[in-house]
Amino acid sequence: MKRAIAIVICTLLTACSTETTPRNTGVYMLLDTSGTYNEELIKAEQITRFTLSRLDASDSFAVARIDTGSFSERDIIAKASFDDRPSAVNRQKRLFAEQVSDFVENAKPAPYTDITGGLLQAVEFLNEKGTGTKTILIFSDLKEDLEQGYVRDIEVPLDGFEVIALNVTKLRSDNIDPREYLGRLEEWQGRVERTGGSWRVINDLDGLEGLL
Amino acid sequence: MSFMLGITPWPVASALLWIILITAALYLIRSTAHKTIQAAAQGLHRSFRMASKAVSRSETNLAARNRDVLLAAGREAKERIIEREFDRINETVRKDLANYSGLHRSLSESIGRIEKDHQEAVDVPPDPPGWVKAVKAVADMDARDGRAHIGSILGDIHKSLIKAHKEAMAAYHDASAKRHKLLRQMRPDWRKIQQTLGAVGKNVDSLLSRSVTIDRHMQEYEDIVRGQDRAMSVLSSSSLVNFFVSAFVLCIAIGGATINFSLIARPMAEMVGGTSLIGDFRTADIAALVIILVEISMGLFLMESLRITRLFPVIGALPDKTRVRMIYITFTILFLLATVEAGLAYMREVLLQDELATSALLRGDAAAAVTATGEFMWITTAAQMGMGFILPFALVFVAIPLETFVHSLRTVLGLIAISFLRVVALSLRVLANVFLYLGVLLKQIYDLPLFVPLWIEERLSVGARLAGDQNLKGARP
Repeated sequence: MKRAIAIVICTLLTACSTETTPRNTGVYMLLDTSGTYNEELIKAEQITRFTLSRLDASDSFAVARIDTGSFSERDIIAKASFDDRPSAVNRQKRLFAEQVSDFVENAKPAPYTDITGGLLQAVEFLNEKGTGTKTILIFSDLKEDLEQGYVRDIEVPLDGFEVIALNVTKLRSDNIDPREYLGRLEEWQGRVERTGGSWRVINDLDGLEGLL
Repeated sequence: MSFMLGITPWPVASALLWIILITAALYLIRSTAHKTIQAAAQGLHRSFRMASKAVSRSETNLAARNRDVLLAAGREAKERIIEREFDRINETVRKDLANYSGLHRSLSESIGRIEKDHQEAVDVPPDPPGWVKAVKAVADMDARDGRAHIGSILGDIHKSLIKAHKEAMAAYHDASAKRHKLLRQMRPDWRKIQQTLGAVGKNVDSLLSRSVTIDRHMQEYEDIVRGQDRAMSVLSSSSLVNFFVSAFVLCIAIGGATINFSLIARPMAEMVGGTSLIGDFRTADIAALVIILVEISMGLFLMESLRITRLFPVIGALPDKTRVRMIYITFTILFLLATVEAGLAYMREVLLQDELATSALLRGDAAAAVTATGEFMWITTAAQMGMGFILPFALVFVAIPLETFVHSLRTVLGLIAISFLRVVALSLRVLANVFLYLGVLLKQIYDLPLFVPLWIEERLSVGARLAGDQNLKGARP
């Protein structure tokens, strides 16, 4: 009997003390606000809401804009690490959706597009949160346009990250020479996969079921 | 193979040579081979027989043990039934027959009143009328006296007669009315006596029927004590019925507990967090389960304290004062837990509505977000709260089928084990016989290729016997 009690206690203690890997999800969404792509932001709001509906307690979510210099906390529009309690999670989600909505209504087009800086910021944010799965959503045409003086030819450490490009629209020049568009996609895929990340492109926004 | 067929230049001759050599060798070791086969078969046969006997002995012991357990359980159950019947008789006697003296006095008083009224109601003959004497006096007068005023006297008499008649009739009517009144007064007494006697008769009938029931139970109890087969078979079948019925009720109770769990698991996340885990299970789920298990435990203790079940003899043996305290304590804990559950059920509905509203908002369906918290939601909220409050009390009664299940499970497991051992013993016995006859068969198969030397041996032995017989005949004078 004593032995049985000891075994049960040891099992419980082991179960309680074992360091389990985190099972929560971290999502960082980058919104391209440059030039004409600014008009696409209304779609980004829908994606944000969809993502919010998929996230649960203790998950983390942040939405940031891509502008001239995106490697900055100031570019984060809304961020939240959801509470443990379901009621608090609902409140946080409503507030988050409101913040994104406000941003979309008042967004101004940015002159330059610093996607790499945004990616670096996303990696930093998600690593800091230490979530189990790390997903970066890039809502952009993936055409990077840096201001003079900005250095971005660096490797972004994306090991363990899933990068999903959303609504990668074709530019006028892409229509003239599709190789440009394909080359752009290929280049980003190469950059992500070279550093250990996985890459996906979703252009059909009606089929977001497999997003998260 | 080629070596075997190559010992002579002719393969057929080689084969024949081999056959002869092998047959000869087999014939030479035939006796030893037969003994070996016999020994092996006998050994296996005996081993399996022994194993079969051992299993049979275990089965017998288990059957005896099961019988003892069943009889003990039956005896205990019967004792409880008889005890309860005596309690009922005691209650009837205490309640209805304890005030028998009062009843007797009431009956005597009623009868006394009736007797008195009856005496008073006797029909009193009217007084002899006064005119009889007057008539007699007139009759005694001599008519020849010539008294002229005789007519006026008779007229007076007539008047007196009418007057007296009227008075007598009035008195008679008064007396009759008085008697009727008295008789009317007697009616409630009669009715009361009839009712009292009816109640007494009912009580006596109840006592008689109970005594018949007790007689029957006592007879069954005696059968159980004597360990009669009829009692055993009745107890065994009743135990099986109890097992299945209690298992069915327990399944229903498990369903109730599952619903209870789903009512409180979700809001429990508000208290202990929705993402913390113990092992592979959510802490909120474990907490909800623990609450339900604590409720069931409290229910068990309550039932034990009320002496409805007897799963824990320690509780049953507690002094009455402690036991009553325990009843109050367990009931209070149960009540508090039921209240907590009702609160959690309310919280669940609030959370659900909040979640629906948030989902609708995120879908961009503002109208749905408003209607998600509609005006009729209070019905489901109230229903959930009601269920959250009632289910813990309903689960209290799980103790009764649980006790029956535990008690009948012992018997059912015993019966299953007996059947299993019986099958094992039979299989071992069959195997033992199979090995025995297998030995005989193997010996026959061994002899098959040796039919030629065996035939020669038989012929030789017959010849030798005949020669011996002839020698004996020749030796006789």
